[in-house]
Amino acid sequence: MIKKLFENIGNFFQMLWIVFSKPEKWSVFRKRVFDEIEIIGINSISLVGIMSVFIGAVIALQVGFNMDNPLLPEYTIGYLTRSTTILEFSPTIMSLILAGKVGSNISSEIGTMKTTEQIDALEIMGVNSLNYLVLPKITAAVIFFPILVIFSIGLSLIGGWLALIISDLGSTESYIYGVRAFFKVKEVTYALSKSVFFAFVIVSIASYYGYYTKVGAVEVGRSSTEAVVTNSIAVLILDLILTQLILF
Amino acid sequence: MIEVKNLNKSFSGNHVLHDINATFEQGKVNLIIGQSGSGKSVLAKSIVGLHEPDTGEILFDGRNFLNMSRTQKTDIRKEIGMLFQGSALFDSMTVEENVMFPLKMFTNKTAKEMLDRVNFCLDRVNLSGKNKLYPAECSGGMQKRIGIARAIAMQPKYLFCDEPNSGLDPMTSIVIDGLIREITYEFNMTTIVITHDMNSVIEIGDRVTFIYKGKKWWEGDRQSILTTDNKEIIDFVYASNFMREIRENMTKK
Repeated sequence: MIKKLFENIGNFFQMLWIVFSKPEKWSVFRKRVFDEIEIIGINSISLVGIMSVFIGAVIALQVGFNMDNPLLPEYTIGYLTRSTTILEFSPTIMSLILAGKVGSNISSEIGTMKTTEQIDALEIMGVNSLNYLVLPKITAAVIFFPILVIFSIGLSLIGGWLALIISDLGSTESYIYGVRAFFKVKEVTYALSKSVFFAFVIVSIASYYGYYTKVGAVEVGRSSTEAVVTNSIAVLILDLILTQLILF
Repeated sequence: MIEVKNLNKSFSGNHVLHDINATFEQGKVNLIIGQSGSGKSVLAKSIVGLHEPDTGEILFDGRNFLNMSRTQKTDIRKEIGMLFQGSALFDSMTVEENVMFPLKMFTNKTAKEMLDRVNFCLDRVNLSGKNKLYPAECSGGMQKRIGIARAIAMQPKYLFCDEPNSGLDPMTSIVIDGLIREITYEFNMTTIVITHDMNSVIEIGDRVTFIYKGKKWWEGDRQSILTTDNKEIIDFVYASNFMREIRENMTKK
């Protein structure tokens, strides 16, 4: 198992070496990046939006219901909703969700291309298939994940506010005050930095599993599952490392 | 012309190709035939560089493919067209985009020039007007023809066809065989067809190479394959009752 792990890591970095070569034609690359922004980013907006509103609402409600101590000011709800959302929920939990959606999509797409000889067809034509298929996906994700995170933060805070108003746990003024209280720009920088790393890891790992799929439909499914599992673990490990590196 | 010299290939200790020597001539349809698992697809994939041979030489008009850098190999590959067994069309692209793909990647033609070339290629395979269809909307025979159109889009010097008739009805197979032969003669290409379809051998095989258990067992033209007394070839060619009857009739005459 250890041997296989090291083999995978070695092959992964070899793959990245080929992926990060100069694109054959910049006009084709540019078009592919925009296509991938649509597939990876824009098509994920609805999922991110729904998840963000609901989880923002749940965070606000949980904080509100647990505020038994009268010494705690009402704006704590807004403050904690903002902090939780920016520090962990929007960059990390959203990335874990996208690791499932985007990761399985990429892995099965490339895996199917592998089993149906489409990747061989690219290679025969003289196209660097890894560069052509993977680099636009990585670029698109690295560009668009931070945008999704900003979108998610905004919607979570709106979700929290809606829950607060509907449940009558506090006033709009105190919530907005809490959201703005003790604000540190570093927290947003940290969230966006994390999202860039997560985007890179999610897409590259999913592409790796897809590209090295063995022949057969079962193998495409297996690669897709392995990609999601590995991505989830990688995101969590990276979260710990980045938190230690950036926040402290 | 493509020359293969002393080619050996193994997978995890399993020796698949043994010391293959073969010459595939320009302007001719060169067939590689053999039973399933005999190594003919591995041979073709080794020639085009999808498999890395253990030892040997592969010469494309005298240029040794195996000694080349990645860039030089890429340049050679731009001279190769390949029709895959399952067509290997890009299913997210239309017919037009599939055929246009190599032109977009490797040429600086204008949109109109590219479209003209695509229309010429589609016309050549009798698929005019099917530009906007997706591969999933096309029959197996149409997909093969689109594959041929894409393979010839860059005016290749070498054409590889991996089991072009697999999964097709006899009528469509004849159409595909005819196209391969016509295109080979028209563009003076070096064409290599991997097949175990005896009809293709009789119809289009200018030169036939028989692979048996990973070795080049026999080489000749389509006439001599019917009259050879090589036991393995007789077992392969006359495997069906129908073909055995033909052989008996030929012997009686």
